[in-house]
Amino acid sequence: MTWQGWAEIALTLAVAIGLGWPLGVYMSRVWNGERTWLDPVFKPVERLVYAGCGVDATKSQTWFSYAAALLAFNAVGFFLVYAIIRLQGVLPLNPQEFAGVSEHLAFNTAVSFVTNTNWQSYGGESTMSHFSQMAALTVQNFVSAATGAAIAAALARAFIAHRGEGVGNFWADLVRTTLYVLLPCSIVLALVLVALGVPQTLQASALATTVEGADQKMSLFAVASQLAIKQLGINGGGIFNVNSAHPFENPNPLTNFLTAVSINVLGWAAFFAFGRSALAGKDIRALVMAAAILLSAGATGIYLAETQPAPALVAAGVDASQNMEGKEVRFGAAATAAWAAQTTGASNGSVNGMHGSFMPLGGGIAMFLMMLGEILPGGIGSGIAIMVVMALLAVFIAGLMVGRTPEYLGKKVEAKEIKLAMLAVLVVPLSMLGFSAIAAILPEALKGLLNHGPHGLSEILYAYVSTTANNGSAFAGLTANAPWWNTTLGLAMLMGRFVPIIAVLAIAGSLVAKPKLAPSAGTLPTDSGQFVGLLVGVILILGGLQFFPALALGPIVEHFQVLTTLAAR
Amino acid sequence: MLSLIRPAVVSMAFFTLLLGVAYPMLITGVAQAAFPSQANGSLIVMGGKVVGSELIGQNFAKAQYLHPRPSAAGAAGYDASASSGSNLGPLNEDLAKRVKDSAVAIRAEDGQGVIPADAVTASGSGLDPHISPQYAALQADRIAKARGVEPRLVRETLAAHVEGRVFGVLGQPRVNVLETNLALDARYPLRQPPAS
Repeated sequence: MTWQGWAEIALTLAVAIGLGWPLGVYMSRVWNGERTWLDPVFKPVERLVYAGCGVDATKSQTWFSYAAALLAFNAVGFFLVYAIIRLQGVLPLNPQEFAGVSEHLAFNTAVSFVTNTNWQSYGGESTMSHFSQMAALTVQNFVSAATGAAIAAALARAFIAHRGEGVGNFWADLVRTTLYVLLPCSIVLALVLVALGVPQTLQASALATTVEGADQKMSLFAVASQLAIKQLGINGGGIFNVNSAHPFENPNPLTNFLTAVSINVLGWAAFFAFGRSALAGKDIRALVMAAAILLSAGATGIYLAETQPAPALVAAGVDASQNMEGKEVRFGAAATAAWAAQTTGASNGSVNGMHGSFMPLGGGIAMFLMMLGEILPGGIGSGIAIMVVMALLAVFIAGLMVGRTPEYLGKKVEAKEIKLAMLAVLVVPLSMLGFSAIAAILPEALKGLLNHGPHGLSEILYAYVSTTANNGSAFAGLTANAPWWNTTLGLAMLMGRFVPIIAVLAIAGSLVAKPKLAPSAGTLPTDSGQFVGLLVGVILILGGLQFFPALALGPIVEHFQVLTTLAAR
Repeated sequence: MLSLIRPAVVSMAFFTLLLGVAYPMLITGVAQAAFPSQANGSLIVMGGKVVGSELIGQNFAKAQYLHPRPSAAGAAGYDASASSGSNLGPLNEDLAKRVKDSAVAIRAEDGQGVIPADAVTASGSGLDPHISPQYAALQADRIAKARGVEPRLVRETLAAHVEGRVFGVLGQPRVNVLETNLALDARYPLRQPPAS
């Protein structure tokens, strides 16, 4: 550990929150339909799209119509991605002459990019053509992020309405978030990244003759344009097999810093935007505080774990001050730990080092951050939405203790909301643990493992945790490009994405019809330090109770094996 | 039903044209015009021939060169069309064996100094272009001997190629293996082809 390492971690987390605030104010203006400085450019485009779609974007939809529109849009996206990558062999911009991908890989990949997961069962540079990367995957990186943002916008409207009906217009939320927020941010970031060394070309590769006379073929892509939205949209799917560990995808410590900040910045922005749009800035600041505490603890824990002596290094008698297996020299343990916490706290899933080679507790913490439900700060909008669900559960539990009907942001929280909240929260362990349990005893599934023993179980558990949480990072020892894995991981992504989305929209539909209450003497203040503590407790207890047994069999037992190995020397 | 399908299809077509075609093409156009070197992979050209990229590591085995880290990319390592880490867990026996073998090989070549962790571990990408300054310094005597120059001169060249942390805090100090080897070749060329 070094002071520079701690400084880098603190700086990365703090800058993301600091930039998230002003961007959140702007995002809220976009959701609310207020005037922005980009109106002259995008207003005409917007009008054209709505006319082509035949929708009245000013008409507020019921939660049910809103959800139906969202699902229809995502279904079309799924079929389009599926078709493009199946047919890429006959489509243009395929200089590598890749064939179309298999049915099960196409299903998995289409689900993966539509659900904002970006789990990749394939190696990018050896599978996807330029056309697939651009027209299929990059597009979904934008619109799946905008889909997540839309549900937060809808939920925010439900809290300010007084006996209302509509939660907003899905088409307006989708189009406006994409055009006014995601596209301009991506253009700026992509160009900065190219200037700092990230390639952006339509060539397939560059050929070199190395100094010692060998041939070296270097895969190239239009990297920067996809990298920018992969980070900002909290998607995470790399152009290359090793994602942001690849020197073309992340050439130096400065690109690493910028792309690490980008993982979280719009997630935090969605928190602040929700606060402004729901007229509850102070209460949302408490949620930011709770998320920031847990995320900082995660980053700290991973850095501590990755600077513990690794048994292989100790046995060989070499310097063991940091675990460098799977890490890049230009980043080191600190930059990799900060990234690992941010990417797993935020449902991003890009990596700048290999999580499967982390120390047991380092990988275990990464897993635990995903198990908490992707709320630190989670995906754009989907993170704050689930965080609000957690807040509903927290006020409900506090309400049970004192025997009052709980309220949150001026809306009574009753049985219906809690049932829906439980649905959103419980489908996650059902998918994560259920699929893992089956895979752990199925020979067909076990063929995909690289490591065995507790680390093998961690590979399985990590895969279903990552896909259910719509994260997409992996213990990449697992060879997942096989029918069992592609199919079940695809189902896990669908469950983890759309069940909570529908539950959140249903909660919005229920809340919007309720009267807006003024706080009374009996109202639990939800902007206080006490509430932050209560919320952190609820999140940890919920996550801990559900997942501790599984973690004990994987990373925790492996940690004790490491200690035993070291003590035996 | 049609009231759902029409906007879904039309908007997806619009987004595909805007975000899947226009956006990447715009970035490509600007990048190729404004930053042609970076946009095409930061290639190093010597005497009209591409010898590599400053961002991508390559294999070096000869005694007069800095050696890179172990690599898990491709069968021979440093295959820049098949990036990969080892993905071996901390208790994996293959990892323990590889680390030990690497350490033994380094001690045979470079003496008994402290071996830094990066020298015996595979990077995440398998294409790491850098090694730590400590690993570079460990190799100085061997390089000097192979080139028939004073170790002090090689150490000076290596020290001049240490890149520090960005803004004093970001990342780690590092030495670019390919660039440093090219500098060594330029400054202390071999008089005759090396024996190894």
